[in-house]
Amino acid sequence: MININKIKNDFPIFKRKINGKEIIYLDNAATSMRPNKVINAIKNFYENYNSNIHRGIYTLSEEATNLYENTREKTAKFINASSEEIIFTKNTTESINFIVNGYFYNLNKNDVILLTEMEHNSNIVPWKLLSKRLKFKIAYLNVNNGEISLKELIKYAKKGNVKALSITHASNVLGIINPIKEISKICRKYKIRLIVDGAQAVPHIKVDVKDLNVDFYAFSAHKMLGPFGVGVLYIKKELISNLKPFISGGGTVLEVTKENLKFKDNIEKYEAGTQNVADVVAFSSSLDYLNKIGMNNIRKHEIELTKYALKKLSEIPELEIYGNLNPEKRVGVISFNIKGIHAHDLAQILDENKICIRSSHHCCMILHKKLGISGSARVSFYVYNTKKDVDELIKGINKAVEVFRK
Amino acid sequence: MNIYRENILAHCKSPENFGSLKNANFKAHDLNLSCGDEIEIYLEVKDNKIKDAKFQAKGCAISIASADILLENIKNKSLNQIKNLTKEDLLKLLGIELTPTRLKCALLSLNTLNKAIKK
Repeated sequence: MININKIKNDFPIFKRKINGKEIIYLDNAATSMRPNKVINAIKNFYENYNSNIHRGIYTLSEEATNLYENTREKTAKFINASSEEIIFTKNTTESINFIVNGYFYNLNKNDVILLTEMEHNSNIVPWKLLSKRLKFKIAYLNVNNGEISLKELIKYAKKGNVKALSITHASNVLGIINPIKEISKICRKYKIRLIVDGAQAVPHIKVDVKDLNVDFYAFSAHKMLGPFGVGVLYIKKELISNLKPFISGGGTVLEVTKENLKFKDNIEKYEAGTQNVADVVAFSSSLDYLNKIGMNNIRKHEIELTKYALKKLSEIPELEIYGNLNPEKRVGVISFNIKGIHAHDLAQILDENKICIRSSHHCCMILHKKLGISGSARVSFYVYNTKKDVDELIKGINKAVEVFRK
Repeated sequence: MNIYRENILAHCKSPENFGSLKNANFKAHDLNLSCGDEIEIYLEVKDNKIKDAKFQAKGCAISIASADILLENIKNKSLNQIKNLTKEDLLKLLGIELTPTRLKCALLSLNTLNKAIKK
């Protein structure tokens, strides 16, 4: 099992004290902290390998190219893809924009794109924007009791005009892990393309894109101990030939003449311009770190922590937790409200004890509207969080309750 | 610094100016989309003076307290006096320091008031 206390030592930020208090970081759904290994890898790249990739004949550039391409291979392996199916982007949002605009440019007014009410704005806005131009319709699978229904999906699928389902693997509000494997079986049967937003899943559960049988899968490095500015887009090999470059330019072409344009026939076609080389290379170290602990161990740890937090939170009077309360069905994300205490006020009072939580709609406005609330407080865990962190959270919440109820 | 001082909490828990005005001749509604807070301000103005002011709102302690304190302060003042109220004036009334994120909560009422009297 994981030696949690030792893990916190790997993260320099936890040595920092604010007003003499240790930082209790419970906003991992927004971004994770980074271990020494990753921070040093960035420095190491700039100190020892700094050069542009896919360009130079000289040693430095070849070494940098190798480091970059090795990360692609490691990333592919991490989700059981092959490296020619991995495109580096800036973040999950860019990966989704890439798919929306690079693959679904032929939709028309008779087509339907299916989303769910629990999607993050990043999996709604790009579709809405494209539908303004192409006039296709967007439908939303309902979220009831924190879950979507496969029956409703089948009902839509049978209509025959659904071209794609774009769905989050794990909700950044409800924590629910959607049954992607079952969903993909339905999508295959009805020839519906399946796009999965894995931003909240890949950092926390073992993801195997082949086993899940998805067409596109998007996630971000920064939520999994990696640097900011690195996103991943997985695209199934047989679909690549239909993918148009979302951004084009240098590095993507074989030949440019006044008359003609010929793109490369590999994944480089989709990575235009100078890439975020140092951060991609450093992402390799986060994958090493996660692999060393083991995704199954991380999952076990987070289930235990979530179970503990759900129990402790539900002991607080008039505190409502949203979604399915089974910790096995969730990642370590818990959103809640306490009657009479606005989430902003709760977050502010917790900040006095340097407990970092999120308050607002978490970019899920449609879901919050469905829940009948304007916002919620959210805590989210990662590998370095402990039961002691949860205890401090509970203490802080009780203090807030006291402030507002006395 | 603790922003949840007694006076802020008191105004938030039992705002004296909460409610609506039947005879309101100025009113405005606004929301803070980023956090879902909502406010409606009602003013009864006679001879260019604020005779009464009320608000209805859904929001955090800072936005509620700020609205209550602001409205308390504008009663019996002329529209001209109110027009020139600044962010600094409001913060002085509140007596607390706010981070940029929470400043938005406090300013919702002032912005809505300005909207009401500009109509």
